[in-house]
Amino acid sequence: MQTNQLLLLFCTVLLLLGLAAYFIGRAKASRVRASGAAMYAQPDQYAWFAVLSTAGPAVLVGAVGSLLLLLLGAEIPPLYLFAASLVVAAAGLAVGVAQVKPQFHARQAIERVIRWILAGAALISIFTTFGILFSIISEALRFFQMHSFWEFITGTTWNPGASFLASAGRGDGSGAEFGSVPLFAGTFMITAIAMLVAVPVGLLSAIYMSEYAPTRVRTVAKPVLEVLAGIPTVVYGFFAAITVAPIIVNIAGFFGLDASYNNAVAPGVVMGIMIIPFISSLSDDVINSVPDSMRQGSLALGMTKGETIRDVVIPAALPGIISASLLGMSRALGETMIVVMAAGMRPNLTANPLEDMTTVTVRIVAALTGDQEFESAETLSAFALGLVLFAVTLTLNLVSVLMIRRFREKYRVNNL
Amino acid sequence: MSHTFDEISQQLKRRHRKSARLKWVSMGALGLAGLFLVLFFADMLSKGLPAFQQAYINAEIRYSEEASRDGRQAFDDDLIPLISRTVVRVIPLQLRNNPELIGTSEQQWMLANSEVDQYLKGHRNRLSDQEKAEIDERVAAGQVDLRFNKTFFGSGDSKIAENAGILSAVVGTVMTMIVTLLIAFPIGVMTAIYLEEFAPDNRFTQAIEININNLAAIPSILFGLLGLAIFINFFGVPRSSPLAGGMTLALMTLPVIIISTRTALRSVPDSIRHAAFGVGCSRWQVVRDHVLPLAMPGIMTGSIIGLAQAMGETAPLIIVGMVAFIPDVGASFTNAATVMPAQIFTWSGEPEQAFVEKTAGGILVLLTILISLNAFAVVLRKKFERRW
Repeated sequence: MQTNQLLLLFCTVLLLLGLAAYFIGRAKASRVRASGAAMYAQPDQYAWFAVLSTAGPAVLVGAVGSLLLLLLGAEIPPLYLFAASLVVAAAGLAVGVAQVKPQFHARQAIERVIRWILAGAALISIFTTFGILFSIISEALRFFQMHSFWEFITGTTWNPGASFLASAGRGDGSGAEFGSVPLFAGTFMITAIAMLVAVPVGLLSAIYMSEYAPTRVRTVAKPVLEVLAGIPTVVYGFFAAITVAPIIVNIAGFFGLDASYNNAVAPGVVMGIMIIPFISSLSDDVINSVPDSMRQGSLALGMTKGETIRDVVIPAALPGIISASLLGMSRALGETMIVVMAAGMRPNLTANPLEDMTTVTVRIVAALTGDQEFESAETLSAFALGLVLFAVTLTLNLVSVLMIRRFREKYRVNNL
Repeated sequence: MSHTFDEISQQLKRRHRKSARLKWVSMGALGLAGLFLVLFFADMLSKGLPAFQQAYINAEIRYSEEASRDGRQAFDDDLIPLISRTVVRVIPLQLRNNPELIGTSEQQWMLANSEVDQYLKGHRNRLSDQEKAEIDERVAAGQVDLRFNKTFFGSGDSKIAENAGILSAVVGTVMTMIVTLLIAFPIGVMTAIYLEEFAPDNRFTQAIEININNLAAIPSILFGLLGLAIFINFFGVPRSSPLAGGMTLALMTLPVIIISTRTALRSVPDSIRHAAFGVGCSRWQVVRDHVLPLAMPGIMTGSIIGLAQAMGETAPLIIVGMVAFIPDVGASFTNAATVMPAQIFTWSGEPEQAFVEKTAGGILVLLTILISLNAFAVVLRKKFERRW
């Protein structure tokens, strides 16, 4: 609470100093100009320079200080930091105002500062990536200190419950098993079902939209399809669990098969529906970018329209189509809510999609919503799973980017 | 090898049939996708619309001495299983605050039990045949009725189905989105301006670019892990708070805003920049006074779409703990709160039949907001669309 008030106070004082810098700088610059000196910049620009030189270093000192504070623990009292930062601000104000001289290029100076601020903002995306990598890897490493990496990668039993008993004082903790194979098997099964739905439907829709449909159908169909992509995944999860799963059970029952309500088909199919627009949209762009001369050549040789599409257009667009599919696959692998709500919780190593099975993301959620301590092996296992998920999806994304780049270079299109 | 004319024309027919087949199949695929969409909305509407109506019972409340100790004493015995527990619960409190009511009675419309509600709507319920007969009698007498569900829009979550509402989740969503927007919008726009207008084409900017594209495709749950490890465990941001959730979502929305802002900046023709440079503007003045105002509609459109995406996101928020049970409307950015998708997720886990309807009702509210946001973005784009 005290830090909050301190922060508020800091912001207020800094704001006041900034305002002071603006008015003092402006007044001085106007005075200089009124005295008849030819100045390099406008009074406003001197004023803004004074503001930047007041606030910039102070905020920098505050930010670096806060970071150090967090990293080193509370060795420097926040009050000192606050004071130091304000001293810097005051010094900045003095320097800024002193710089109000006819021969000072205030505008260029502002330009340089703004450039640095913008570059700093751009750095945040890199920080985010490193933040994700750092946070996941460091926690995953702690997990691998408790359990062997080899067992995690190749073990076929996922039974973290025993570690819960150990932390509750019951059981010796040795029974906890973290073999991720059944989780990845479940993930790939559901992803495969999703791709079986999404790739044919998405690709054929794209073919229809780009090769056959009149422009009016196209302009309507594309945004309507994209509504599918805009539906929140929690909604799809509910749809899969409440509507689709019972339908699957009934259909399976009709064929004399026994399906679990948490079967893999329901989340798989619904996930496939979700991914259709990703695949159709990107494939549509790619198919449209295939040069018309190729179609004309094929038609001129007497090929039918269908043969042209199948033997000329699709092969040419293949890198882009594969790229779209990989991107869709990466989404399916990382998708959480649909599987959390519609797939099972039980790690189940089976090839039968009508049985219940669980996925990596389901177990991540399960591990982090339990009432376990953060230090427990089960909680940390979420980060180990996250690490593998990160690695797999990153690879898929990179391959996808490379494929689309290859397509772009081959046909020299700019809009992909 | 020679073919007769007949053979070739047969073959040609086959080929044309095959060609036509592809057309129909591909048309069917698009139709199938459209059918999914129609089915989905029909399903959600049929499940969710009943949630906007709620059963009410008109009955007499007798404010007596006994009722101030036990609220049930204020009602007829056969009414007790039909009315909501929340109605019974407030009676003693009401009498404590207004002792002058004791001895009076009043006829009032009050919230019915969710089982009654489900029975009236023809859903599965747990009422006995006798209770059903009782309700039918009262319906015939005009004493039981389905009315607009004010509770659903006016109150927070509750474990009592008929009393559960979406308001606290809506407020939580608004607070989380404010945090997200305050962080993601300035940083996103600044990054885009840097990359598009200032940056030299070197390794550093290429690295940033690749990074941004990657971030856009990383599974959202990993952002949840980041938020948990960095914001909550390292920086000590309060768990379950709109601040923690908003910061996490901001990092997720950032790439969307950057990418759309860059597109908007790129669509401003160079002639504008050349003219501004020509009259002596500096680079920042060109951007601030000429490029940015022209690109603003595009930037807004992209940001609204990014925000709508963040609004529907659940997985990272579950990881940072925003699935807390929140009966009260949120007070500050550091208190525990919940958001609409998380509320939907919580309700979907409740075993009672009445909550299925609540879940679908919440979904309808969420979808309405998201679709209006997207429509607004489209209108904005259309209105300010400019051909150079």
